[in-house]
Amino acid sequence: MANFDVIIVGGGPAGYVCAIRCAQLGLVAAVVERDKLGGVCVNIGCIPTKALLHSAYVANVIRHDAKELGLTTGELKTDYGVAMRRSRKVAEQNSKGVEFLMKKHKITVIRGAGKLLPGKRVQVGSDVHTAAKGVVLATGSRVKGLPQIGLELNGTTVISSDEALFLEQAPASLAIVGAGAVGSEFADIFNAFGTKITLIEVLPRILPVEDAEASDALAKSFRKRGIALHSGAKITRATVGKDNVTLELEVGGKAERVEAVKVLMAAGRALNTEDLGLAEAGVQLTDRGFVKVNLATLETTAPGVYCIGDVAGPPMLAHKGYREGEHVAELLAGHPPRPIDYTNVPSVTYCHPEVASVGLTEEQAKAKGLAIQVGRFPFSANGRARTSNETEGLVKIIRDTKYGEIVGAHIVGSHASEIIHELVVARTNEYTVEEVDLAIHAHPTLSEAIAEAALDSLGRVLHI
Amino acid sequence: MATQVVMEALSPTMEEGRLVEWKKQEGETVAVGDVLAEVETDKAVMELVARVGGVLLRQTVTAGQTVPVSSPIGVIGQPGEALPAAGGNGAGTAAAVPKPAAKLPPQAAPRPAVPAPAAASSVAAPTAASAAAAPVSAPPAPPPSGRLKASPLARKIAQERGLDLRAIQGSGPEGRIVLRDLETARPTRPAAGSAPAAAPALPAARPLPAAPGEGFTDTPLSQMRKTIARRLAQSIGPVPTFYLTSEVDMERVAEARQAMLAAGSEVKVSFNDIIIKAVATALRQHPACNAWWQDDHIRYWHEVHIGMAVAIEDGLITPVIRHADRKTLREIGAEARDLAGRARERRLTPEEYTGSTFSISNLGMLDIDEFTAVINPPESGILAVGRIVEKPVGHAGAIALRRRMRLTMSCDHRVIDGATGARFLQTLKAMLENPLALVW
Repeated sequence: MANFDVIIVGGGPAGYVCAIRCAQLGLVAAVVERDKLGGVCVNIGCIPTKALLHSAYVANVIRHDAKELGLTTGELKTDYGVAMRRSRKVAEQNSKGVEFLMKKHKITVIRGAGKLLPGKRVQVGSDVHTAAKGVVLATGSRVKGLPQIGLELNGTTVISSDEALFLEQAPASLAIVGAGAVGSEFADIFNAFGTKITLIEVLPRILPVEDAEASDALAKSFRKRGIALHSGAKITRATVGKDNVTLELEVGGKAERVEAVKVLMAAGRALNTEDLGLAEAGVQLTDRGFVKVNLATLETTAPGVYCIGDVAGPPMLAHKGYREGEHVAELLAGHPPRPIDYTNVPSVTYCHPEVASVGLTEEQAKAKGLAIQVGRFPFSANGRARTSNETEGLVKIIRDTKYGEIVGAHIVGSHASEIIHELVVARTNEYTVEEVDLAIHAHPTLSEAIAEAALDSLGRVLHI
Repeated sequence: MATQVVMEALSPTMEEGRLVEWKKQEGETVAVGDVLAEVETDKAVMELVARVGGVLLRQTVTAGQTVPVSSPIGVIGQPGEALPAAGGNGAGTAAAVPKPAAKLPPQAAPRPAVPAPAAASSVAAPTAASAAAAPVSAPPAPPPSGRLKASPLARKIAQERGLDLRAIQGSGPEGRIVLRDLETARPTRPAAGSAPAAAPALPAARPLPAAPGEGFTDTPLSQMRKTIARRLAQSIGPVPTFYLTSEVDMERVAEARQAMLAAGSEVKVSFNDIIIKAVATALRQHPACNAWWQDDHIRYWHEVHIGMAVAIEDGLITPVIRHADRKTLREIGAEARDLAGRARERRLTPEEYTGSTFSISNLGMLDIDEFTAVINPPESGILAVGRIVEKPVGHAGAIALRRRMRLTMSCDHRVIDGATGARFLQTLKAMLENPLALVW
């Protein structure tokens, strides 16, 4: 039993950043965490997958480029178990890093599952803690299967990313259901480790939320590496055996059959809203199951109870949770923050080539009736990309015809996740394509492709 | 030649400084770089140094006084040199010194009561008055640094739409103007025929930024707006009110009304109805006066709802004519009569007497020439209407008897500055003197 200014339920990205910002602003904060600090992101999400993707990247470079680069290697052997253990080490270090940050900022970490009680109180085990300023829900989300089509997670043949991240060896074959960021990244990883991959997406294309050209560019690259893609595919029947799974699909009116040793479920996530005492405390949910919040304050329907991160609504991304965490901390400390610009949250998929975007897709811009000009620049015409044999992909900038506003930007290519931020900064500050061009880009860099795409949208691309 | 010493901005955010102590006394010789005085800024006590050499001829601010940045605080010159004229403006000034408000008609001091800045021995100038005058005569928008912060996109769109960025309040970091701030701003270039009075008839586009709510825009308070609010509230009371009076020639309204009555209608249009319509129409052009003070922000209403003070037995009530700017005179007349009748019978429902964005109080029927009305918070303005009376006035080169009416507007200075209110009143006067303007 203790009193705090702020109690944060959930020590993932949104929660722990909220706690740090609270502490910076002089509030006494506590984080309730039932598992490891850092949440899904640090332990079984963002961080370990990127570690594995790096293994996959190096494997592909050695496999496809080593000879041309003048490097002689023997036959490449891969061992997923070793790569997995390295990824665990990286994840554990990061989780310890979060623990250190909590200590550094004198944030109390309460181990256990938190339950909301009316009146800004949180119960953990038999203890009841009270928050003077507010309780912040940051309980996140988790993997889920699709029991309605017979694909309930069983941990052996029907698995989620939670299990895939701990496999001792890469399966001989893997069907992945859902070709969003998670599905596409695991397709990339296991493909590099020799698994026969079938990527299945119910929507008409892989990475369905990205711009169609970005999807197509990635699809082309995946196919080239032997990843089988079925988009617009409906699973009509799933037969889960002891050592394999058979999926019957309907793709464009044709029946397909996919057999795999395992199936990885990567279609959507379940929200951690159960057993939190939400209803009793007056916290309502939306019809999609997120916690209902006032978008300006992130306050729930229960006064003094706030909600951030995945449970507060889409997009379910760590960096969106970070910002919401800071936002609520500042509100609670009496520093009214600037509104969060949800139209400017970058989206990144870290497969190879990487796919990164911010703003609207071309389709969305057209649907909104905007007058637009599209500029494109392929990495095949970019000097730096050519020096590293990474010529796949393109930069695509959609600008408003009249004022040059950057309506949306899409990058497929090596390091897309890093170079997208030029366009995020541009959009955040309302720079137009002209300011992007005016900024002198170092040569040779991948970022030059951004300046060229901006120029192309103005009809004066230089290097094509 | 004598040189003004001014309160300098000693920190980037400093808006005013308190003179802690003079380090040089009157008559003392000073060299460039000598410490003249210690000044307390918003952050720390700093030294104010001499920018020219000579003799400190005069300290026009005493220790302990707080003055806005750029205000004169003393004079440096040669021994025996005559002091500059009142206000010190005739002197060759090394630093930029704001000209007295009187030289800037559009931003003229709002209330007659404000003393002219510092005549001769200005040491005794009351702090409240000088503090009040200062922000009013400052330009409305540019941040203290003088650099206009606006995003490239906002600049392009503002240029295209003819918006004056200096008149727009930015909601981005450090008051940077971004796209959303332009959404409700109005062009400063008047459309043909929309300016009934001589230039500058249309007000500078007034800050109407922030995310629009339902039917209104909430605007964060700028540093200057906060300072104005704080100082004026300290000086007068919870609502720092000032008053603007204007006499209006009502001949043409009277003619128009006669014509309408002659045309015959079930509703007899009254002068009051015409005034309501004119006020609502003028507010449409001056959204800055159609606003609520909300303590930490200002709510600029997109709709005009006119409160109409009605005397009832042992009190008064202000029924509301909603969307008065969009209603015809006949509609306003019928509604005003209905509301006033039911008000006297105390049969108004709460929604019929709440939510007004501006109010009118008319005591003309009680033979009052002019009066000041008390603002009905959170509204920021109320118009007091006096009687219409025949007066000998100069008209077309001769003295003529004409029907005249005096209007007095009470303004909440936290929201409406002197020139802002005056421009509204100017538009209103022009409309009443040429009622055709109401249908434009």
